[in-house]
Amino acid sequence: MFEHLLGSIRGLGRRVNDRIWRLGYATRFFAMTLVYSGTSFRRFFLTIREIYFTGVLSLIIILVSGLFVGMVLGLQGYDTLQRYGSSEALGILVALSLVRELGPVVSALLFASRAGSAITAEIGLMKATEQLSAMEMMAVNPVARVVAPRFWAGVISMPLLAALFSAMGIFGGYLVGVVLIGVDEGSFWSQMQASVDYREDILNGVIKSAVFGVIVSWIAVFEGYDSEPTAEGVSGATTRTVVTSSLAILAADFILTAFMFRGA
Amino acid sequence: MNRTTLDLWVGFFVAIGLGALLFLALKVGNLSTANMGETYVLKAKFDNIGGLKVRAPVKSAGVVIGRVASIGFDPNSYEAVVTMDIGSQYQFPRDTFATILTSGLLGEQYVGFEVGGDPEMLKNGDTIKKTQSAVVLEKLIGQFLFNKAAEGTEQK
Repeated sequence: MFEHLLGSIRGLGRRVNDRIWRLGYATRFFAMTLVYSGTSFRRFFLTIREIYFTGVLSLIIILVSGLFVGMVLGLQGYDTLQRYGSSEALGILVALSLVRELGPVVSALLFASRAGSAITAEIGLMKATEQLSAMEMMAVNPVARVVAPRFWAGVISMPLLAALFSAMGIFGGYLVGVVLIGVDEGSFWSQMQASVDYREDILNGVIKSAVFGVIVSWIAVFEGYDSEPTAEGVSGATTRTVVTSSLAILAADFILTAFMFRGA
Repeated sequence: MNRTTLDLWVGFFVAIGLGALLFLALKVGNLSTANMGETYVLKAKFDNIGGLKVRAPVKSAGVVIGRVASIGFDPNSYEAVVTMDIGSQYQFPRDTFATILTSGLLGEQYVGFEVGGDPEMLKNGDTIKKTQSAVVLEKLIGQFLFNKAAEGTEQK
């Protein structure tokens, strides 16, 4: 009994210790990525190639989900707003909820599962097949050659994808609200323009998505680089990327929102 | 995939991403109307600003002519000091009356200018002398109830 209790406490301590050790290693790895990121800008083709894989290939899923999220917002928002006789405010509701929250957050979640997992799997597999060690043998720094371009590609792609998501969602809200239901088009756009502030709402949304881009890319490259070089290790790392980055996105979103929109 | 097609796709991606940002800023947001060009500063002191916020519009005859730049508190006179950026193309007489008004019954509060007849114009950094505070609903209701009570005692 006593032995059992002691064992579980010891296990807990080891797990906490392990987490803190990994957090420290991840931070050191992040700093290392920043230090060695000169190559990804000097040989910008490396980064462009990764932007193609993370950004361009995520376009379809981002655009389609943005459209549907906007359409659902249009339907749901109209249903609630018309009870209070203010269905013209639909434009405000759709635009503000997309630009402030849904655009950055949902596109970051999609990005984490679409691109983040792919980055982790790719780097993990490179490690498992000892390509990273081979690079080191040839005096090529794998962090500079493999990790940093992927990291920067994610950071560059994320705000663009979030902006596309928001724009597509507003178009979807317009389709449902104005074209389908028949809310007045003029008041849809003019009320939206009157209450969406480019600095307060749009710029803060862009900052949010840039922060999420850093978080997702960091977690993805780190999990890949740190994965156990086995098939199981790579699959575990991929799962951890999606879970950890989703939780980190939501937590960071709360913190950023608390800073940005305090109702000042 | 060879290098040129890759560049093309990435270029396309970056272009439509920036296009979406521009769409958000111009069509969804107020970037196109927010920039008023050259502005000058006017100040006004109010006993009570109610729920006026920074960046609230300043209107005259219903047209937006400026924005509230900052709101401060004067510790000597215990009044609120509202600093406003007014578009340079709009000049106002010295006896202009600044009021805090509400758009609609429950809408946002804004500063309204009622133009006077003085031939001299307000200059950059001037303070508007004549102001009227925001209507505070609780005070209004309190006054109404007080009057009703007074009427009741008179009739007895």
